[in-house]
Amino acid sequence: MKTAGLIIVILAGAILLYATQDFPPWGAPDSPASTHVSPRYLQKSMEETAVPNVVTSVLADYRGFDTMFETSVIFCAGIGCFALLRIFRKKPEDRYYRHIATEITLHIKGGRIPEKSSEFERIDALWTPYDLIIKTVCRILVPFIQLFALYVIAHGHHSPGGGFQGGVILGASMILIAISYNMRTAIARISEKTDNLLMATGVFIYAGIGTLCLILGANFLDYSGLSTILFSGPIMARSHGIFGVEIGVGITVMAVMISIYNNLASEGKQDEGL
Amino acid sequence: MIWQLDLAILTLVIVTAIAAISVKDLLGCAILFGAYSFLMCLLWAIMAAVDVAFTEASVGAGVSTVFFVAAVFRTTRRTRD
Repeated sequence: MKTAGLIIVILAGAILLYATQDFPPWGAPDSPASTHVSPRYLQKSMEETAVPNVVTSVLADYRGFDTMFETSVIFCAGIGCFALLRIFRKKPEDRYYRHIATEITLHIKGGRIPEKSSEFERIDALWTPYDLIIKTVCRILVPFIQLFALYVIAHGHHSPGGGFQGGVILGASMILIAISYNMRTAIARISEKTDNLLMATGVFIYAGIGTLCLILGANFLDYSGLSTILFSGPIMARSHGIFGVEIGVGITVMAVMISIYNNLASEGKQDEGL
Repeated sequence: MIWQLDLAILTLVIVTAIAAISVKDLLGCAILFGAYSFLMCLLWAIMAAVDVAFTEASVGAGVSTVFFVAAVFRTTRRTRD
């Protein structure tokens, strides 16, 4: 069976490689892609949307529907992971606490010490001693990562980047907190409820901007219709509309990344993580 | 495009791809997959698709590796086949 599969895979790969010979060479100026659509975008993008980065203007303006449903797909991925992994267990579990003064570890079965106790610290079952260097470096690094993520979202008009990349970096900064401290520290900063709300908020912002254009008399996701409420010309309104949409994408992607990580690393209990 | 650099990266892509599906240790597989994503990111950057390279670096090499490691941590580290 294994050899048969290998033969099929090699055959299919050989056919695919043979078929690529029909493609125009890389970056050929006379290929269909660079004779019809690309010149139109490259020449008109700047004067129509005032966005120097053509990729951003194509993704968020000319192909706005695509990006909206991509965001919805990511939202659905988050919902799917939540539905598959999350478990709400009511019965008390074994918990481990550490007495801070004496460093004695307590194993409590089926009960708990009051969470707000200043003498005891809750620790994970698979607890490893905290490394001061890792904790400090991550604590110092996280604000810079988040600042960079915001820069990537806000500067997507001029440089590579945008909502997806910035959102992933924002989510990664929260995951870094969850890895370097513990999952409860990260959940104390963005609770599960907030996270799930943010997941929906991003898609809502995107679709809401599209609907706002519809209400103001333009087509769905035609941001030039926003010029009446943004007090700017239709070209700058398109630029601002792209920015609003990128923020929506960023919020959804960030929340989904945090949600998937939290559910995956804690077996759906959102309590003890990696 | 510099063809020597291209050739080196493409060879490494194939090597990491084959290694990632043949290695028995799933944690190593996750790391190899991250390396594969990073090499793909380099390829996109060479082909001047910087936006795609950025996405590949943040999603493929960054977050999905963390997801794989988290999944391996909560399941088993060894594969049977």
